[in-house]
Amino acid sequence: MKTLAAKWGLWGGYLAVLLLLPQVFDSILAISIFNQMAIAIVFALSYNMLLGQGGMLSFGHAVYFGLGGFLAVHVLRLMEFEAMYFSIALIPLIGGLTGLLAGIFVGSFSTRKAGTVFAMISLGIGELVAASSLIFTGFFGGEAGVSGDRTFGPPLFGMDFFSDTDVYYLAVFWVFVSTLFMYLFTRTPAGRMANAVRDNPERAEFIGYSARWVRFISFCAAGTFAGVAGGLFALNYEFVTDENLNLVTSGRVLLMAYIGGLGFFIGPIIGAIILTLMNFLLSNYTELFLLYLGILFVLTVLFLPRGFAGFIMMHQAAWLRGRLHGLALPYLLTGLPALLFILSAVCLLELSHASEPVLHFLGLSLARDSALSWAGLVLGAGLGAFLTARSTPGLRRAWEAANAPETRGGRERAS
Amino acid sequence: MPEVLVFATLNGLVTGLLLFMLASGLTVIFSMMGVLNFAHASFYMLGAYFAYSISLYFGYWTGLILAPLIVGVLGALVERYGLRRVHQHGHVAELVFTFGLAFLIEEAVQFFWGQDTKNYQTPDLLDFPLFTLFGQEFSAYRGFMLTISIGIFIGLYQVLTRSRVGLIIQAAISHPHMVANLGHNVPLIFTAVFGVGTALAGLAGVIAGPVLTTFPGMALVLGSIVFVIVVIGGLGSLPGALIASLLIGLLQSYAIAANVGMPELLELLGLEFPRSHPLDDLWTLNLAQIAPVLPFLLLVLVLIFRPTGLMGKREQ
Repeated sequence: MKTLAAKWGLWGGYLAVLLLLPQVFDSILAISIFNQMAIAIVFALSYNMLLGQGGMLSFGHAVYFGLGGFLAVHVLRLMEFEAMYFSIALIPLIGGLTGLLAGIFVGSFSTRKAGTVFAMISLGIGELVAASSLIFTGFFGGEAGVSGDRTFGPPLFGMDFFSDTDVYYLAVFWVFVSTLFMYLFTRTPAGRMANAVRDNPERAEFIGYSARWVRFISFCAAGTFAGVAGGLFALNYEFVTDENLNLVTSGRVLLMAYIGGLGFFIGPIIGAIILTLMNFLLSNYTELFLLYLGILFVLTVLFLPRGFAGFIMMHQAAWLRGRLHGLALPYLLTGLPALLFILSAVCLLELSHASEPVLHFLGLSLARDSALSWAGLVLGAGLGAFLTARSTPGLRRAWEAANAPETRGGRERAS
Repeated sequence: MPEVLVFATLNGLVTGLLLFMLASGLTVIFSMMGVLNFAHASFYMLGAYFAYSISLYFGYWTGLILAPLIVGVLGALVERYGLRRVHQHGHVAELVFTFGLAFLIEEAVQFFWGQDTKNYQTPDLLDFPLFTLFGQEFSAYRGFMLTISIGIFIGLYQVLTRSRVGLIIQAAISHPHMVANLGHNVPLIFTAVFGVGTALAGLAGVIAGPVLTTFPGMALVLGSIVFVIVVIGGLGSLPGALIASLLIGLLQSYAIAANVGMPELLELLGLEFPRSHPLDDLWTLNLAQIAPVLPFLLLVLVLIFRPTGLMGKREQ
């Protein structure tokens, strides 16, 4: 009973946070970031259904997102020219249906195998659709894209969708419903079998399930929710281009899901939030945003294969044993020099790329021609790297101590 | 018409053999480690950029030799400290790692060399028309590309099938444990093969850079096509990669040269369609327009009807 209450509390809290966010941060900028986050969350969660839960690495997931967006924006146009009567609130449903249809079609032949074959087919389909979008300019609008207007629908609860805030509340509804359904999907037999097929397709077939059918169901569901995200995108930006269905977008959703943490339901949500925030916070200050993103991604794959969510969950054992506090000081001792190293390295990169003679960065004024600023940064980076390397063995010892099994029985069983 | 055919064939051969230089490394790496290296074309781009920078100071020919070596060493380092670490987390993690690496290399290239197209020139020595046919010139540099590619193919084939090193590599592909038991350092062989494969990609970049333009998107342009070739040819099959490379090279070259399309086809069939549909661009399509799509269409068809590729045997 306790867990049930906790679960209800968690979902209620999620909804409350979603609803209260615009009350706390009510600037136009904040709302537009929240809208981006909402779209990214649905999209990244749908990707996790494929890769995290179904074990299918896709390089073409943007196809379903983009097609959903295009259909949605075309419906907006039809409403604008009064060729069709439809509710704005249901536009993401149009996207979802498009994603579902595209998923049924592509999934019918691509889900026979997981692994490399699936990844290659998804890449091929992705490139095919992206290239076709530039050929069929009547539907995809060529390089300029297709734009619509979301204010021509009938008002809903007094909202006419002129402002982004109205869109946000609509997005909250869709994000909450999508998250809930995607979570519930993981609890259905189909969702459970998706995990089984991911881990061992042969065994799943031995107990009588068709691995291909299980993958197909996951694939269609993932396509549907990617389409919902695409529909939300069309509503928010009123504008969809070929970039929304090409490899760049497919790669971005892979990054989000992976950095957040595959295999944990909450992982892609974390990834979507982190990446959207990073995108907003950094891209205004630096031209090297994508370089940092690439470095972050490669480092995550190398050192945190289960992403940020996996990193947090690593501490579960120590927390259950009540030894988490023992890790605080070692973390600080390694973290501070690492931070020094990262900041110095970032300053070095920025300085070598600066277009002006004096770079104002992080409260520092760095002159490009002064040897002193270069030397200081190199010294900072070197010192940071040295101290980090020195303190890691201590951190490792503390980690092992915090995770060591209990020597005396009793407490272990109680927890 | 014959001149179009001859030149389309020659250009197709040049492109096809160039693609083979990339595909051969990729396919050998795949058969050893079972991982498709997404960043393979990024090493090709690095080759072009290194060679460009070297050519500014020491001339083209120094770049031709040095750049592939640098790229090969970089590739070996990536295998040793990157791929080998990720390997324990499975194939998906490896594929994702190389995907991230491709992304990172593209950004790094923009950081070091900027976003503009580099003026990487063909050497003066080869700046003359090799022969003139039907009033059209075939440049000596393309002939040089053809020679190098064929030379590499023959050399690679000889080394892999005739030399002791080649035999050990072949054995390490099929029976890694047995080879290790015989006292060979299998991880070192892997690193070396990865290094040589990326060096080949780098060499392809050096010779292709002046013709196909050196810009930060060049890896993306060729990268997915090389993937397509390796998959169509059959994962891990060197002859398959050669056939698929030539097939794709010629296919694209002919499609661009052929001036036919849907209008001609419809006229031939005596059909007419009303033009008021959102997809009515379909009726004005011609082959040159869909040339970039053809490899991917072929890929999807091959994967659906013959998932092992043309020459592949391995069912994975």
